[in-house]
Amino acid sequence: MKYVLMFVETEQFAAELRAMDDTERERAYAKVRRWFSDHSDKITHHAHLLPPDTATTVRLVGGEALVSDGPFVEGKEVISGYAEIDVADLDDALALVRSWPACPVVEIRPIAG
Amino acid sequence: MTDTSHAELARVVRDHAGRLAASLVRLIGDFGAAEDLVQDAVEAALRHWPVDGIPERPDAWLYTVARRRGLDVLRRDALYRDKLALLVWPTQPDPGDQLRLIFTCCHPALPRAAQVALTLRVVCGLTTAQIARAFLVAESTVGQRITRAKRKIAGAGIPYRIPDPDELGDRLAEVLAVVYLLFNEAYLPSTAEQPTPVRDLADDAEFLAATLHRLMPTEPEVAGLLALIRLHRARAAARFDEHGGIVHLRDQDRSRWDRPAITEASRLIAMAAAQRRPGPYQLQAAIVACHAEAPRWEETDWEQILVLYDMLLHLAPSPVTRLHRAIANRYVAGPAAALGEVDALAGVLDGYHLLHATRAELLRDLGRSDEAHAADRRALALTANPAEQSLLRRRLRWAENARRPVGDDVEETGVTPFPG
Repeated sequence: MKYVLMFVETEQFAAELRAMDDTERERAYAKVRRWFSDHSDKITHHAHLLPPDTATTVRLVGGEALVSDGPFVEGKEVISGYAEIDVADLDDALALVRSWPACPVVEIRPIAG
Repeated sequence: MTDTSHAELARVVRDHAGRLAASLVRLIGDFGAAEDLVQDAVEAALRHWPVDGIPERPDAWLYTVARRRGLDVLRRDALYRDKLALLVWPTQPDPGDQLRLIFTCCHPALPRAAQVALTLRVVCGLTTAQIARAFLVAESTVGQRITRAKRKIAGAGIPYRIPDPDELGDRLAEVLAVVYLLFNEAYLPSTAEQPTPVRDLADDAEFLAATLHRLMPTEPEVAGLLALIRLHRARAAARFDEHGGIVHLRDQDRSRWDRPAITEASRLIAMAAAQRRPGPYQLQAAIVACHAEAPRWEETDWEQILVLYDMLLHLAPSPVTRLHRAIANRYVAGPAAALGEVDALAGVLDGYHLLHATRAELLRDLGRSDEAHAADRRALALTANPAEQSLLRRRLRWAENARRPVGDDVEETGVTPFPG
């Protein structure tokens, strides 16, 4: 089954990341890179997103496109990246996510079809 | 039908529905479709058996109905139909199939209410209507929970399998939490009284714990939970007076306790303890065993109970457990010391009736009757359980001239609610 993992950053996690010095941050990034390479057989593709202040949201209302600055939902938790995985079932997806070394929230959503 | 034959009917359905479900899921590989067939067969049984009597081979009867219904419903689906045609009676699911069934129903990706409803329906063979009556919710609510849960199982790819060894501990804890919740609800319903007892969920809880114990005999926490349930049930006859009022532990007629069942449960605890993997259910069972084994209230081994509470707090710290420890400590260190411990919990447990009921008793022991009265009133305002309400009212009425408290809330005010 295919799932998308949505990596969700919290304000606290972002603050912790900012507070790191270059060496610590590089170490944290290295862990993430290693996680992706360790599980490359299950990960179809993945991407890290730029921060939510770079987001633009379009709302299509009554044939009109309303463009606004920022993510679609303002909140303390924001999607910072995603990965598509191909595994046997939800338990496999859960096992994979348990070893995720970075942001503290991950949503697992099956892909339709 | 008489109560006995109702109980018999429930028991027979339960003994066979889960096995049939396990066989059907394995055979057609679709949890939702298999579950529908079993539910249909169970409902047919509940219509026919009270009239025609329970058939000699109930499993064959259920199987025949499920199979016929399956061939009918799934007519357009050649794949299912061919698989179903292969189903041969007697259905003997391997033990693994029953475990798979239970672990799927209690998967952590399902909300707790759905886990409970699914487990009752699939593993214990309850109908949606029976579940709704037992929990005092609308049948449509239960139906929706089941439908949504089955959709999630299929859509999210919740597997039909026994968890891997490294996940088994967490997943088993989830299953035990469902059984424990069921038992707690049966032991002391948190909501209004039932007009007539519709279904003894304690029986289903014991059945589930016993099934798990049979399938996983080396898991000490499973044995612990089974022992805990049996110890409570062994004393159930003495818990209420003829008017349905709670009789407290101190005042219970211990000759009405089921001694052989208590001995058997204690043996189960000892066997589990020999594995040296203590856990919250084993410890709770051991605490209850201390009470159950005492021939008289005065002979209760309070020191041992305190030791067990300390171990429990070490493994699973919780303010409610600390409250129960304080209650026990009244008999070791005295009411003043116990009151100090209870007062220290007043902040976190202010909304919990047992805190105030306990304070009332300790204050009364210390001769502070006005404060005791106020605490009892606060407790009364906080509980929705009719038996407890009536106990507190009685106590309030007698409070002014009470020479000794009506009873102690020790352990009998419900099973210790479990930490998170």
